Amino acid sequence: MAAPDAAKAPAIELRGISKSFGPVQANKDISIRVMPGTIHGIIGENGAGKSTLMSILYGFYKADSGEVFINGTKTNITDSQAAIAAGIGMVFQHFKLVPNFTVLENVILGAEDGALLRPSLAKARKELTALAKEYELNVDPDSVVEDLSVGHQQRVEILKALYRRAEILILDEPTGVLTPAEADHLFRILENLRREGKTIILITHKLREIMEITDTVSVMRRGEMTATVKTAETSPEHLAELMVGRKVLLRVDKVPAAPGAQILEVENLQVVDSSGVQRLKGIDLDIRAGEILGIAGVAGNGQSELLEVLGGMREAKGSIRLNGQPLPLSGAGADASARRQLGIAHVPEDRHREGLILDFHAWENVAFGYHRDEKYQRGLFMDNDALRQDTQAKMAKFDVRPPDCWLSAKSFSGGNQQKIVVAREIERNPDLLLIGQPTRGVDIGAIEFIHEQIIALRDQGKAILLVSVELDEIFALSDRIAVMFDGQIMGFRDPATTDEKELGLMMAGITDTRDPVSQEASQHG
Amino acid sequence: MDFLTLIQILDSTIRLATPLLLACLAGLYSERAGVFDIGLEGKMLAAAFLSAAVAYVTGSVWLGLLAGIGASMLLALVHGLASITFRGNQLISGVAINFLAAGLTVLVAQSWFQQGGRTPSLMGGARFEPITLPFADALSGVPFLGPIYGDLVSGHSVLVYMAFALVPITWWILFRTRFGLRLRAVGENPAAVDTAGVSVTRLRYAAVLICGVLCGVAGAYLATGLQAGFVKDMTAGRGFIALAALIFAKWRPWNALWACLLFGLLQAVALRYQNLDLGGIVIPVQVMDVLPYILTVIFLAGFVGKAIPPRAGGEPYVKER
Repeated sequence: MAAPDAAKAPAIELRGISKSFGPVQANKDISIRVMPGTIHGIIGENGAGKSTLMSILYGFYKADSGEVFINGTKTNITDSQAAIAAGIGMVFQHFKLVPNFTVLENVILGAEDGALLRPSLAKARKELTALAKEYELNVDPDSVVEDLSVGHQQRVEILKALYRRAEILILDEPTGVLTPAEADHLFRILENLRREGKTIILITHKLREIMEITDTVSVMRRGEMTATVKTAETSPEHLAELMVGRKVLLRVDKVPAAPGAQILEVENLQVVDSSGVQRLKGIDLDIRAGEILGIAGVAGNGQSELLEVLGGMREAKGSIRLNGQPLPLSGAGADASARRQLGIAHVPEDRHREGLILDFHAWENVAFGYHRDEKYQRGLFMDNDALRQDTQAKMAKFDVRPPDCWLSAKSFSGGNQQKIVVAREIERNPDLLLIGQPTRGVDIGAIEFIHEQIIALRDQGKAILLVSVELDEIFALSDRIAVMFDGQIMGFRDPATTDEKELGLMMAGITDTRDPVSQEASQHG
Repeated sequence: MDFLTLIQILDSTIRLATPLLLACLAGLYSERAGVFDIGLEGKMLAAAFLSAAVAYVTGSVWLGLLAGIGASMLLALVHGLASITFRGNQLISGVAINFLAAGLTVLVAQSWFQQGGRTPSLMGGARFEPITLPFADALSGVPFLGPIYGDLVSGHSVLVYMAFALVPITWWILFRTRFGLRLRAVGENPAAVDTAGVSVTRLRYAAVLICGVLCGVAGAYLATGLQAGFVKDMTAGRGFIALAALIFAKWRPWNALWACLLFGLLQAVALRYQNLDLGGIVIPVQVMDVLPYILTVIFLAGFVGKAIPPRAGGEPYVKER
């Protein structure tokens, strides 16, 4: 580990940076020093102001006040071009690549050497080979970016920055979309970069990554920098407390499951999507009462389709039995409303697209899917008073803040939006709860609360199907784990006897866990 | 059909395909950069009128051409302002330009020339005359090759040769130059261009203005090359056929050439055989006239595979973190 040298000027120094968007102050008087050749973590909940700060550093926003020093020199970063010139490279959470361009074309875009492409391409090809050797950044320069895996696309982003001679690399939530093996490889790359003297800023909300790779870490809360500490001198519990402002339980307390009767049986479920691609290739699974089945997998391997089929949002072939009764899989009776009547509640993966209507009031959102319920009817009309009272009660029980049923859904934070959706679905007392990415974009405090609710529902003897791309979450909640890859279930595991490495290999499509070498090979294939 | 008739039809195909090709390439630059443009028609019409008017007044077709390009670029600038700077709806801006041009050309033409919304007929130096290529006369006696070279290849106005030369030039610009790389990138993912430190706004304006220049040439060719003067609504939907050809061509220059030649051929056949008699069954000219549109619908319905437009097309670029 490179020890920060006190004699050297910091690679980046921010002094008193403030930035407001209207009445919201996203950054309040932030000062930070990052020494060259170190990995500096910035951790904080959603909306804490991490991304705003980095956008200021990359010239996307202009700070209201404050100064930026790069290598000891005061630098005025007015736009991305100035940031690049100052040696700053940024790897965004959502990649900024041209999907139908080759790797080479993406790398040279904006950094061409002349009006003609040929010399630039040749030069980039040579340089990419060198970089690949130096940092384990192997990507085929001629492949089209949209054909690459997410992990490789991320390498292209890093290559882009290095090709522009970046000495300071900012990565915004880089592991959110990676498999554990890909994340490990990324960390190896980052360590190589640090060894070569590059400075890295890692923005994340994952405490584990901070502990694993950073030298120093800054914690942000509500626009303020609450602490900067040496990673070696802190603990996850301490960081979580700094992030949330109170003590947080990082582990989920739960008693062993007491599985009861078979609630859900799925046999040979197959789905072909509208473009003819088979998304589910024969899924078999079952869930008992009082049991949480966690489905792990990299996003896009059929988990979403499985949830949609069970929730009545997509037609399929095969068989589904709920409490022993077969469910129709197409035509009448295969819709979301019918499924809800039968006792299947669904917290969809994407709350903005499928869980809520953001412009509607909270109480209207609480009605969705259950608006035909007896208790909400008054003659020909809906009983909105009853609905609002009901919403108010749910908001109190689930600690939704602010507890005002007249606010539109979009004015709540991510965590509180999710609480509204979870409250709506759980309070209906379903036999089976389908829950996808329950804590995506949700802050730590709310994660804790939502996890408790899921466990409580299990302990009431309900069956729960949990889909999550966060392995930590799968481990924390599941009584059994199934891993999905390419529309199939690679196998079931007991969370007590498996580990992240085994699941990671299964997520990459490898069931033979004795041979970890073949995994790298398959990723390059 | 004898050989000479074939040559004549193909000859007229080339002339009729020229304005389509120019407009199609114009649209290609704009749409590849992510700015949809259904105002090709309006820009051509404005250019047709102003080029004819200036050519008539000055007697110089070259000044007419310049004026036509200027008129078209002005409208392109309006489209750019609306859709790039003010992030408005590109379709609405295009429709507005079409209406504006349709009304304004006739109104101004009537006020200037009092000939019922047309310009006086152009003669002599106020028109683009056919160019006779070298050896065309010498070769005219040679069977087969003579007519092909003399009538088909030679004998068009300079704008025709320019339009066809633009196909390889456009291909080269798009796929071999820095400008082309950035242009294609900005139509696929403007955020990638922006974060690479290149101005999305400047690139898109450049594309829209190139579109204006080419539409200007297309309009000027209509009024001073293909015909002798401006008539009300003389573009007759060519801007829209060019758009159809562009989709049919999947936004690629060489495909655009073939698509425009095909549509040109259909127009040429419709022009020559008013009512096509196929052994007792008479196909009325209207059927021939709508054939390009019907073909477009059939093509787009999936006959030629999927036409994937530039991914960021039609969407104004809003910077986010």
